[in-house]
Amino acid sequence: MEANIHFPDPSKVREELIQKYPAKVAKKRAKSIIVNDPQLIPEVQANVRTVPGIITQRGCSYAGCKGVVLGPTRDIVNIVHGPIGCSFYAWLTRRNQTRTESLMDANYIPYCFSTDMQEENVVFGGEKKLKVAIQEAYDLFHPKSIAIFSTCPVGLIGDDVHAASKEMREKFGDCNVFGFSCEGYRGVSQSAGHHIANNGVFKHMVGRDNTPSVGKYKLNLLGEYNIGGDAFEIERIFEKCGITLVASFSGNSTVSQIENAHTADLNVILCHRSINYMGDMMETKYGIPWMKVNFVGAESTAKSLRKIAEYFGDEELKARVEEVIAEEAPRVQAVIDEIMPRTKGKTAMLFVGGSRAHHYQDLFAELGMTTVAAGYEFAHRDDYEGRHVLPSIKIDADSKNIEELKVVADPELYNPRKTEAELEALKEKGLEINGYEGMMKQMTKKSLVVDDLSHYESEKLIEIYKPDIFCAGIKEKYVVQKMGIPLKQLHSYDYGGPYTGFEGAVNFYKDIDRMVNNPVWKLIKAPWEKAGNGAGLSASYVTQ
Amino acid sequence: MLLRHTSKEVKEREGLTINPAKTCQPIGAMYAALGIHGCLPHSHGSQGCCSYHRSTLTRHYKEPVMAATSSFTEGASVFGGQANLLAAIETIFSVYEPDIIAVHSTCLSETIGDDLQQITRKAKDDGKVPEGKYVIFASTPSFIGSHVTGYANMVTGIATQFAVSTGVKKNQHNIIAGWMEPSDMREIKRLSKELGVKIVLFPDTSDVLDAPQTGKHVFYPKGGTTVAELQSAGDSLSSLALGSISAEPAAIALEKSCKVPFETLDIPIGLTATDRFIMALSKVAGVAVPDEITAERGRLVDVMADMEQYLYGKRVALFGDPDQLIPLTEFLLDLNMKPVHIVSGTPGQRFEKQMRQLLDARSPETNFRNGLQADMFLLHQWMKNEPVDLLIGNTYGKYMARDEDVPFIRFGFPILDRIGHSYFPNVGYSGSLRLLEKILNAIMDRQDRDALEEKFELVM
Repeated sequence: MEANIHFPDPSKVREELIQKYPAKVAKKRAKSIIVNDPQLIPEVQANVRTVPGIITQRGCSYAGCKGVVLGPTRDIVNIVHGPIGCSFYAWLTRRNQTRTESLMDANYIPYCFSTDMQEENVVFGGEKKLKVAIQEAYDLFHPKSIAIFSTCPVGLIGDDVHAASKEMREKFGDCNVFGFSCEGYRGVSQSAGHHIANNGVFKHMVGRDNTPSVGKYKLNLLGEYNIGGDAFEIERIFEKCGITLVASFSGNSTVSQIENAHTADLNVILCHRSINYMGDMMETKYGIPWMKVNFVGAESTAKSLRKIAEYFGDEELKARVEEVIAEEAPRVQAVIDEIMPRTKGKTAMLFVGGSRAHHYQDLFAELGMTTVAAGYEFAHRDDYEGRHVLPSIKIDADSKNIEELKVVADPELYNPRKTEAELEALKEKGLEINGYEGMMKQMTKKSLVVDDLSHYESEKLIEIYKPDIFCAGIKEKYVVQKMGIPLKQLHSYDYGGPYTGFEGAVNFYKDIDRMVNNPVWKLIKAPWEKAGNGAGLSASYVTQ
Repeated sequence: MLLRHTSKEVKEREGLTINPAKTCQPIGAMYAALGIHGCLPHSHGSQGCCSYHRSTLTRHYKEPVMAATSSFTEGASVFGGQANLLAAIETIFSVYEPDIIAVHSTCLSETIGDDLQQITRKAKDDGKVPEGKYVIFASTPSFIGSHVTGYANMVTGIATQFAVSTGVKKNQHNIIAGWMEPSDMREIKRLSKELGVKIVLFPDTSDVLDAPQTGKHVFYPKGGTTVAELQSAGDSLSSLALGSISAEPAAIALEKSCKVPFETLDIPIGLTATDRFIMALSKVAGVAVPDEITAERGRLVDVMADMEQYLYGKRVALFGDPDQLIPLTEFLLDLNMKPVHIVSGTPGQRFEKQMRQLLDARSPETNFRNGLQADMFLLHQWMKNEPVDLLIGNTYGKYMARDEDVPFIRFGFPILDRIGHSYFPNVGYSGSLRLLEKILNAIMDRQDRDALEEKFELVM
């Protein structure tokens, strides 16, 4: 598909983006700035080191592990082993909503736990203090689980958080204590932390409770973190369809759900980047296939529900799903009809996350808007080009440092939910079983794909394309808005949401309409700054 | 209940900090460096540090916060970060073109022993620092002090690496800003101008972190202390350091390097701290206090007198940073209110001593603690044991305030959920009047909310 809006010559844009860089930097960046062709899908350099000194959107491994994956589960006491900052900055800032059934239920999300490592702990080792902290957390709260997160200095001084966790776990007997070596310097971005988190959750949580889950269509929701209540909307829709959600990884989740997750019959994956490892590992060990879905966008939601029904292959479910879609669709369409005249033909740029820059393109498309450029902060090539490129991705030194768990089929619990032939048949029908086509296939020809966009490149892109809206995160928010372009935060949703499902689509349409058509963008210039206003040039009243 | 696991019973802890009333040094260094004109802060560590600090400062100011990072990976962590920093300096000067790069360290680079002085000197020797441009640094390991001491370390770095003594004194005085908001710095400049005293204020984040919407992003906004001003600070007649923890170290360094005598004052929050500031400025410069300032003072005292009935005996819990808490506590005492519980995560005996002095004389029964485990969890437990009428602190206090149903005033860092702090000062007489208005509104709104119908007052 070629967009019917005018694109600047993308290869010229590419030249302009890199011309100011020192030669070596320019050479490296050029490989991450790609002119899209959805038919050919050119290679994008991704998941490589950011050049030091470049103002990047990226964060660290700890942020991906504790902040993203483990943060949303409400009844784990997450102790950050390190100096105070790491725990402080990840304290409630990701908007992971959670809803307990009663006031008696555990919810540690509003709390921040840290060993507040001091110089003496760095010099003489911090394990002793860590064990004291674990004991104190246990005595104070008696939680089901305590997770320990290593920050940069911990790995360097050689504190063994795994040994400390094991010792305390054995000591307590009724509290699962486990650690994550997610020091900030591991890998090249948050992505390393996602992988480390997947490994830890798989090793220490999944499979601890074999009680069969109840329900006809049982699935786990992977890579959904309940930002702004996204999971609540998906839960609502599942419930309406009669689909049983066994566990969520990890929005609005509990320890017991995750420990029982292996009793589900399907894993659906939203954020491929942060959780695909879990899908693969659960398939190998328990025989649960995973399928890529997308609940961002009303059409995408409907499509994903149909895929789920197709997977279970049950006519009753298929019929119910159609009923639900038919029930929900009119109110979505009514809002689109109202808003579309004001948004149609407008352009968007999305530079965010490891899946969001793809998913949200669906919502913009539903508003008649075109994505002219997009890219991820911390994704890999497969998120751009599709999983078929996996065998050709070179494993570099930074990726090698992240453990690949050796997973084998569980001798007792392995139970393939579908035969190979059944899976093949489902794939034929267009279900992304154990697969993901990536972002580029969906983007228009000649649109620009940029991985790990730098601040400099973002300003240039805005100057050249003058998009109607730019999507990124908090660090970019006010920079872009200072340029007179509204920025929609797609990590925190600007404290709105949910944006998933049918209700979320409506919320998003309204937010985008409000933002791109807000009168404030026309009020930036003072009347006396506008040409031809003649203010102050001659006095209307003067003394004679 | 949001903080449903916080029990009333206080147990001493030695390993676990819960809900800290502080954060780490580098963010303070980043904030201070933003107060220098044309300066790009640089975080020498892994990407996460820079990202977290920028995010937190951005949420607090709702403004662009530009800073770069050395982007450490495992290799740099093992072999040292010199190559990363040298590469960063080269990239930054060619792409972002600052006048100054202000490098601060992190727990990572400090643990592996990177020496910023040596690396920045090497950058210069290798010709990576263009003519007329500067690379300055401060050591700010996260495992020492807090965000407040990190700020102090960078301000000290600024003072020692720029100020020169030419031997010819200038008729000007330095005001070294303790950690305060751009609005406060603007107010300090206004008051000095009213007094007719020529000052060099540093750092100065006004016109940086409260920049106007113009339709253009100005990478280096017009504010910030200039290099020329900083260099001239060595020839100033004296320095006033506003804050013993966040500003005094720079004043001491300047006395040492350029023989500029100094006096340390509290940040002028509240009536008496502002009195001391005005007196000190008038004294060092030998100028009379103009009537307009006396009138500003009079307006504040007037409201204090007129509204005293709503303030008397009101019990207050507060948490935050040392240099703000001391004058704020003093102000509450001047208002005839009762500071009941005070915590600050920032360690240091200096603060403890100053606070004790203030409290021993006027409110010896106040619970006060700072340093390790002096956290918001402890404060909350104290509040459960001895309830208060008002809570003052940063945004994280809203969880306690909601659970305990206590009126809450946002004050300090970070404020993530309201605006105002960047635009309206808390310092000086008019700033204190604004703070007093907030205190009164919180208390009186609560009285209105809770009043029985027959006791609901029209005039208050």
